[in-house]
Amino acid sequence: MGELLVLIDHSESEPRKVSLQMLSAAKSLAEASGDTVAAVWLGPGADAAAAALGSHGAQKLYHWDSEDALGYVTLPQVSALQVAFETSGADTLLFASGNHTKDVAARLAIRLDAGVITDATDVEVGDDGRLVATKEVFGGEMITTSKIADGKHQFIGVAANAFPAEDTGGGAPELVALDVTLDDAATASKVVSVEKQGSSDRPDIGEAAVVVAGGRGLGNESGFELMEQLADLIGAGVGASRAATDAGWYPHRYQVGQTGRTISPTLYIGSGISGAIQHRAGMQTSQNIVAINKDAEAPIFQIADFGVVGDLYKVVPKLIEELEARKG
Amino acid sequence: MKVLVPVKRVPDTAGEKKIDPNDRTVDRESVESVLCPVNEFAIEEAMRLKEQQDAEVTVLLVGPESAQPVVRKALSYGLDAGVQVVDDAVVGSDALGTAEVLAKALAAEEFDLVIFGNQSTDARTCLVPAAVAEILGLPALTYARHLEIDGDQITVHREHEEGWDVVESSLPAVVSVVEAINEPRYPSFKGIMAAKSKPLEVRSLDDLDVDTSRVGSDNAAAIMYEFRDRPPKEPGTIVEDDGSGAAATQLADWLVEKKFV
Ligand SMILES: Cc1cc2nc3c(=O)[nH]c(=O)nc-3n(C[C@H](O)[C@H](O)[C@H](O)COP(=O)(O)OP(=O)(O)OC[C@H]3O[C@@H](n4cnc5c(N)ncnc54)[C@H](O)[C@@H]3O)c2cc1C
Ligand SMILES: Nc1ncnc2c1ncn2[C@@H]1O[C@H](COP(=O)(O)O)[C@@H](O)[C@H]1O
Repeated sequence: MGELLVLIDHSESEPRKVSLQMLSAAKSLAEASGDTVAAVWLGPGADAAAAALGSHGAQKLYHWDSEDALGYVTLPQVSALQVAFETSGADTLLFASGNHTKDVAARLAIRLDAGVITDATDVEVGDDGRLVATKEVFGGEMITTSKIADGKHQFIGVAANAFPAEDTGGGAPELVALDVTLDDAATASKVVSVEKQGSSDRPDIGEAAVVVAGGRGLGNESGFELMEQLADLIGAGVGASRAATDAGWYPHRYQVGQTGRTISPTLYIGSGISGAIQHRAGMQTSQNIVAINKDAEAPIFQIADFGVVGDLYKVVPKLIEELEARKG
Repeated sequence: MKVLVPVKRVPDTAGEKKIDPNDRTVDRESVESVLCPVNEFAIEEAMRLKEQQDAEVTVLLVGPESAQPVVRKALSYGLDAGVQVVDDAVVGSDALGTAEVLAKALAAEEFDLVIFGNQSTDARTCLVPAAVAEILGLPALTYARHLEIDGDQITVHREHEEGWDVVESSLPAVVSVVEAINEPRYPSFKGIMAAKSKPLEVRSLDDLDVDTSRVGSDNAAAIMYEFRDRPPKEPGTIVEDDGSGAAATQLADWLVEKKFV
């Protein structure tokens, strides 16, 4: 009997979708292993989020309300999470496999001599009670099963959309404030400002259920207006191939692929994208793949569940029209 | 200013990869290996510091003797010297074990800045840069899409899901770069020729103050014990448009049938 810690990734005071998905996963893991689920919230906003965390499975909520969690680079969060481990006696952590959270996990793993597995697409409790994590390597061409060596803390980074988020109606978690003191090193690298870009109404491609992606076939920057129009109609995020981000048509942050983001939405709709191996590396775990491309030989059709061979500038506007009509 | 650039040898993404069932490492014989493409952005950034601030740049690789061409490749961009850590005891290390070796190899050099790629194209853990910084007790300004150095101060734009953070620190520091940061040059013919005679030191773990309890397959904390190919996908429905966009109707029907709309 112990606690399973879940580091809540949040954007200001909103938990990200992946955090609620992790809590749901943690709840079933904890039921299998006889543990309880404790969320960890670093930075202001824990109070407001407590109810949502509780209803998704958090029985306890460790929180550190300090602005310092976000005002300096990584290290305050590492110190606070370390305090959470010491307070709880836990040996297992689930964290979101996002850019900045991986740094927190890597640094704490060195301090606690833990093992880390990132980007897990499935996590189960093995026969020996230790966690078993599934992940994809080589751009999704191969699937591996891993675990952390006996006797070591297990840190598992969970990929977005690996689990459904389930509101199971749990009550408010018990709140436990963390007592964190920072040394000079922890406040040596300062966050001077935060630049937010893009529409806040559009979901992040990493956790969006639907992603609309555009490539070189769009021909120019304004092609992305068409992509955004389709996306907004169906509540999707907008992604791009490297050919499109390289051309400066859309920011790099939205690049899907080997050197961009890995996404696994329920539905991916790619237009004017050939489906190069480096692009597939970031999207082939999507549950449903739709491709619109004028070249019937484009490799993206090999992994498409539904493909339209045609000019995207004919097909996409018509699709928008059809979908608008059906929505009434 | 002294800059170190750790680079990794990875299997070519376009090549077929196999995992050796005996030691569960990538079967290097079966696939063409290359300098990790993400490291090209780190090399380019280092070259800019060399050109603008007269930085001296050393490339560092942890990997077997057969990976030496990758060090030479990195040198061909115009870097000054190479260090390679070769030791059978490193084989099978996990990301944190590799970080331990890299950190101690870095500690044996003098440096103001270490420039990593944010990830490697094969493992893609992204753990190594922050783990190295932790072992060395340094700041890690990772996922840099922009970096600037002014005296002993460094400013980095750290990319994240919603944009980027502007962060500041003093040197020495560790950074990792994303591909948005620059446009890598190609090695020149002169660079390729010069790379052959640039100094390259080979070290073993005995030369470094490595904590061997983290290193090697026996000490890997993350253990991969099963692997399989991705199951092939069922062929989907492909429709041909007649040039009018009418095929969109079938796509819309499919989306409705699948309950996406
Ligand atoms: C190290 C490395 C890392 C990389 N990382 C990534 C990555 O992270 N993400 C990524 O995407 N790529 C990546 N790439 C690049 C990748 O190899 C491809 O070059 C890239 O994905 C191609 O983008 P694209 O499909 O938009 O362009 P193209 O391959 O040029 O395809 C454009 C497609 O649009 C179609 N088309 C043209 N006009 C129309 C029209 N009017 N209507 C319909 N279809 C049309 C064409 O038939 C064609 O199939 C990487 C490459 C390397 C070497
Ligand atoms: N064996 C290695 N030798 C040198 N550098 C490495 C090695 N492994 C990883 N790196 C560096 O760490 C970065 C991140 O790799 P990873 O954490 O494996 O995704 C790479 O881009 C390299 O800069």
